[in-house]
Amino acid sequence: MQRYAPLAVAALLALVPFLGLSSYLMHIFILVIMWAIIGMAWNLLGGFTGLVSFGHAAFFGLGAYCAAIVYHHFAWSGWWGLPLSVVVVALFSLVMGFVVLRLRGPYFNLSTLAIGEVLRVTAQNLDKLTQGDLGILLSQRTWTEKQNYYWVVLLLALGTYYAVKALVGSRRGYYFVAIREDQDAAESLGINTTLNKTISLTVSGVLTGIAGAFYFNYMGYIDPKVVFDLPGISILAIMIVMVGGAATLTGPLVGSVIMVLLAEWVRSIPKLGAAHMSVFGVLLILMIIFLPNGLVGDFGKIRKLFRRKEAA
Amino acid sequence: MPKLEVFLQTLIQGFLLGGLYALIGLGMALIMGVMKIINLAHGQLMMIAMYMAFWLFTLGHVDPYVSVLLAVPAMFGIGVAIQKWLINPLQRVDSIMPQNQIILTVGIGMVLTNLATLFFSGDYRSTPVSYATKAWYLSDFWKTSPLELSVSYKELVSFLVAAAITAALWFFLQKTDTGKSIRATAQDKDAALLMGVNVERMRVVTFGLGTALVGAAGCLFIPAYYLFPDLGGQFTTIAFVVTIIGGLGSTTGAIFGGLILAVFESFTATYVGMGWATVGRFVIFVAVLIFLPGGVYSLIRSKKLGK
Repeated sequence: MQRYAPLAVAALLALVPFLGLSSYLMHIFILVIMWAIIGMAWNLLGGFTGLVSFGHAAFFGLGAYCAAIVYHHFAWSGWWGLPLSVVVVALFSLVMGFVVLRLRGPYFNLSTLAIGEVLRVTAQNLDKLTQGDLGILLSQRTWTEKQNYYWVVLLLALGTYYAVKALVGSRRGYYFVAIREDQDAAESLGINTTLNKTISLTVSGVLTGIAGAFYFNYMGYIDPKVVFDLPGISILAIMIVMVGGAATLTGPLVGSVIMVLLAEWVRSIPKLGAAHMSVFGVLLILMIIFLPNGLVGDFGKIRKLFRRKEAA
Repeated sequence: MPKLEVFLQTLIQGFLLGGLYALIGLGMALIMGVMKIINLAHGQLMMIAMYMAFWLFTLGHVDPYVSVLLAVPAMFGIGVAIQKWLINPLQRVDSIMPQNQIILTVGIGMVLTNLATLFFSGDYRSTPVSYATKAWYLSDFWKTSPLELSVSYKELVSFLVAAAITAALWFFLQKTDTGKSIRATAQDKDAALLMGVNVERMRVVTFGLGTALVGAAGCLFIPAYYLFPDLGGQFTTIAFVVTIIGGLGSTTGAIFGGLILAVFESFTATYVGMGWATVGRFVIFVAVLIFLPGGVYSLIRSKKLGK
């Protein structure tokens, strides 16, 4: 039964548009699922391989700009950006991996952060290609109704889920975890750590890039400050995984539901709206101190807490 | 010879800025050396110190250079509190994510930036000090000079104060007992513990010291720069790049790192364009990682060993 649970959840989710929800609620659903994709992608690299990236906005923005540039300069449909982003982001990840994967610990973290920032500044300055801070506007979106976008993103999420699951469950997945636990020990056991880290980085990047390309087609407008945003993309991806549960398959979805709803909710409270980053920051600090493995990862801990209360 | 003039002026500008970059990098290098973590709230803490200096100037008419004396102890307290109540407890938490402490400092930085936006609004602020436009020109001293170079008063004073603080820090680390304990903890935590060093307290003192240093840098920056809540992130990256150029948590390296980065940045700004200065920062960062992974410190050390 458990084998078909994800499919059943996806089938249920696929029926959501028939509930006749408002356009705003459909928007929330689409965002939740898009962020779940990014969370799952980040989790493959950060949670399973132990390489905490502060620069997933680089992949996201690159994917988004693939779609935007294809549309803007060649007048093709923005959807061609999806296959194109796979190629571009994969190549970019390989080059990036050459530099950053030789670094460990904090040095890796910060170099990924630097790469995200470099891409943002580059996109801001390369006016001819990206229109700089002006951004690129999609003059006509493919569909006016949100449901088609919803099904597209759901399909992408299902694909991502199975891709991550297959990779993590395979022999390579165990290599990833071995690298996370102790890179030197893994290497001495004959695991090609550089190759495996490169694979993890590339797959994680490509999945995030696809989400970025979808984002352009869905939102219809991007500029460097939005898609290469450090707190808005890179840090949010980390938070989704930290809240949901690092190195779990379902954690990113749980985290994405919580974070997107929390963001929307906090922003809607007039006085608290401007403080939403503080709320996020405090939540992040509390999660790290009390539930370091996230809601899914520390589920046993939470259950124990409630059991003890019942017994008392 | 206007070309040579521009070149020399850029060099001077970069060198003066380098003193401040070194001060920021020193705080980061100390924390990194002793605790082996990166403090991603470093620039945000500097932003807090800059707001302290700003309000002291606006409300109390305290000169930014005098406010260093007030901001440093205050920032030391903030640093101690963060280390004691947020970072130290994490060592007892069991987690599969290896870099929890770094993510924690990201959270702290987010809260600080957001609180600053809430309380002080996102406006660009500056301290209109009376000596803001004061500068010395080479032709004032040497009438027949073929070149015209200038040094701004506030930049020179900031550089000199930064150099004085750096010298004081060097004395503290080299000559005092606490300083020696800090260096011992950075070299080998367990060995230091066996020698009777209170490692836990050294961590707290180091974090406080690192925060105080970046706080001092903030006060020195404010006469010359605009202040806004989002400015922190940019200085966190500067601090990190400085320590990378300098070499893994090396304080001597951080001084060179600060000078190199600032000179390089001001050349990018002059010869490539203002907007690209940030990209230049990362280009040198990646170049150092590829060609000189140990930073300047590895050069100094290999020379020492060569003797």
